[in-house]
Amino acid sequence: MFDALTFAALPAGDEALRPLARQFAEEALAALPPDIRARSWSGFDQDFSRRLGAAGLLGLTLPKAYGGGARGPFARFVVVEELLAVGAPVAAHWIADRQSAPLILNFGSEAQRQTYLPAICRGELVFCIGMSEPGAGSDLAGVRTRAERTAEGWRVNGQKIWTTNAMHGDYMIALVRTSGGVEDRRAGLSQIIIDLKAPGVTVRPIADLTGDAHFAEVFFDNVDLPADALIGEEGEGWAQVTAELAFERSGPERIYSSVVLLDAWTEHLRRVGRADGAALALLGELTARLAVLRAMSIACTARLAAGESPVVEASLVKDLGTAFEQALPATIGDDLAAHPDEGVDPDLYRTLLYTTHIAPSFSLRGGTREILRGIIARGMGLR
Amino acid sequence: MSDFLDAFEKLLANAAPLHAVRAVEAGADSAAMWDALAASGFLDALVPEGRGGAGLTLAEVQPLWMALGRHAVPLPVGETMIARMLLAIAPEPVEPPQGPIALAVAGKGAALIVPQAQGAAHLLVEAGDGLHLALASGGEATGVAGDVAVRFSFTPGEPVAPSPQGGLRARAAVLRAALIAGAANHLTAMTAAYAGERVQFGKAIGRQQALQQQMAVMAEEAVAARIASELGCAAGCPPPLPAAATAKSVTSRAAAKVAAIAHGVHGAIGISAEYDLQLFTRRLHQWRLADGGERYWNRLLGAARLADGARSVDYVRTAIFPNQD
Ligand SMILES: Cc1cc2nc3c(=O)[nH]c(=O)nc-3n(C[C@H](O)[C@H](O)[C@H](O)COP(=O)(O)OP(=O)(O)OC[C@H]3O[C@@H](n4cnc5c(N)ncnc54)[C@H](O)[C@@H]3O)c2cc1C
Repeated sequence: MFDALTFAALPAGDEALRPLARQFAEEALAALPPDIRARSWSGFDQDFSRRLGAAGLLGLTLPKAYGGGARGPFARFVVVEELLAVGAPVAAHWIADRQSAPLILNFGSEAQRQTYLPAICRGELVFCIGMSEPGAGSDLAGVRTRAERTAEGWRVNGQKIWTTNAMHGDYMIALVRTSGGVEDRRAGLSQIIIDLKAPGVTVRPIADLTGDAHFAEVFFDNVDLPADALIGEEGEGWAQVTAELAFERSGPERIYSSVVLLDAWTEHLRRVGRADGAALALLGELTARLAVLRAMSIACTARLAAGESPVVEASLVKDLGTAFEQALPATIGDDLAAHPDEGVDPDLYRTLLYTTHIAPSFSLRGGTREILRGIIARGMGLR
Repeated sequence: MSDFLDAFEKLLANAAPLHAVRAVEAGADSAAMWDALAASGFLDALVPEGRGGAGLTLAEVQPLWMALGRHAVPLPVGETMIARMLLAIAPEPVEPPQGPIALAVAGKGAALIVPQAQGAAHLLVEAGDGLHLALASGGEATGVAGDVAVRFSFTPGEPVAPSPQGGLRARAAVLRAALIAGAANHLTAMTAAYAGERVQFGKAIGRQQALQQQMAVMAEEAVAARIASELGCAAGCPPPLPAAATAKSVTSRAAAKVAAIAHGVHGAIGISAEYDLQLFTRRLHQWRLADGGERYWNRLLGAARLADGARSVDYVRTAIFPNQD
């Protein structure tokens, strides 16, 4: 089954980036308590991203000509892993570095590459992904936001929702309808780069159940954009979005979202001196699953490095990975609650509860569990 | 390497077709099957070249072990490979006995249930701090239908060699992990094919979304099992405890899930003796129980992990993944 996905080691040349990435991660770590670090890729700190850019740790998969590191997906894996392992705040560059930049590189015009890529590599531009709409969640082909040609370029009307970072964002890469209607489904969809400072754009942050506001609704009321706002080919939006999702779904962020909690709990066991059979078995189980998921994520990275678009394999890793991320707060909570007389320090308590409350999002963001399983089933020839 | 695997696949297809597997399970003589496998030379795959073997690494042999799982081979082929290696690398090398050798670790005088021992001529048993060779006669059937495991009560005599570094069980565990991965991947393909053919309510059951979701989980577990097994064999021999533990823990967990989904999707036909599915699901459960299941290895891994002050990702990276340098 899916034999292309096989165990691969990280190339030594890319491993060499680890100490530098670690230095940055440690620096971020020093300032932040674990429940803040547990925010991991929702942690927004633009200064941190700029420093990473200056150190050459962003845009590692991009060519030198655009300010990139000309190294490839394995190098990015190493750097991302170091940052996520401690929950460094990566949100300010995350989406641009992971998927907007490769999308612009692969499908954008030369002018678009020159405009956006060097600034992304410097950690200066915040991108967001405008796919979801109130009526188009899992059913992405149902997007209604429309871009119409004008004499000067494009005019956009409609609404996006759940847009991560829209309130901090410079640009949104939006999936919009450029011809036909919702009945045309995947046909007539295009991707367009929207300047979020353009007149007619309104961004309204949405608070989540943990008290954070990391995503937003975005309204477009006669937003005028230049002709070169279109990215890639008109009408090719669906194919482009599919390629983009392979980048979005395969990375270590689909494994490491709760890893700060795992470390905090391990530290707790050590502090209270508890090594009972149940705790050891749970710690061992979580460690073993983490190791295999890491190997699977690296295997996916190897497909990306080989120039493929491992959409099905990435879905498989994401579904298994998010189940693991959700198992961490559930089982660690059970372990701690099984020992009610054991003092739990406030940091661990907050980390546990934050992770517990946000955990449902792990299997929603980037495509829900059911949708991913549908993609896998299609890959197995069942649909 | 892939030529190698192709040759091995052909060998298994000829020597151990499923009707022959069934016959051996039912107690038929397995000598012909064994002779074909022995004549191939694969049994010395892990024996160092200096001692007349092929000198392959665990990582190179892992695909062959998976093939054994894929074919539900009822004889201790992988076990014999490990036994012949251990005898060859003993401080005073031991000439291996002819015939299949099954593996066991003897605790405190307890009876041993030895997987794949039905056709074995010898047992290689780790007891105390030595390796013992015993004749595989005098065992008792487990009483489980179609089981090729055998129950022995073992009294250690003189060891033929000291226990190898890293112990027998870690080596056996990565073998079981690969057998599980092979059977799990085969079952997944088999089950997907069945779901595409079986029609109920006027369409193939594989068109039912509820079933597709089950199948996707099965594929995830099967792929995870394969990669876990690869990880367990990647660091060389003996497999370091954390790597062996990871491989056996994740594959054992997957074995139970994959077997359950395979049966669920097949419906009643899956549990009928005549249908091939059960050859593989029974093996999965056997291999899950053999040489420590997920809880056993999780505890050992948990203890090793807790004793190490590294962060989780660093621990995984440095203790479970093979060294990069
Ligand atoms: C933290 C977070 C950040 C996000 N960031 C972004 C972002 O930056 N940009 C963006 O565009 N979107 C973003 N999203 C939105 C996300 O992509 C959607 O939530 C997701 O695609 C599901 O859509 P929905 O929420 O409308 O749920 P629905 O589509 O209404 O689904 C509800 C439930 O029904 C199930 N379901 C729906 N259809 C089917 C079907 N055919 N078969 C089986 N089950 C089905 C789903 O699996 C789910 O369980 C984010 C979401 C979260 C939680």
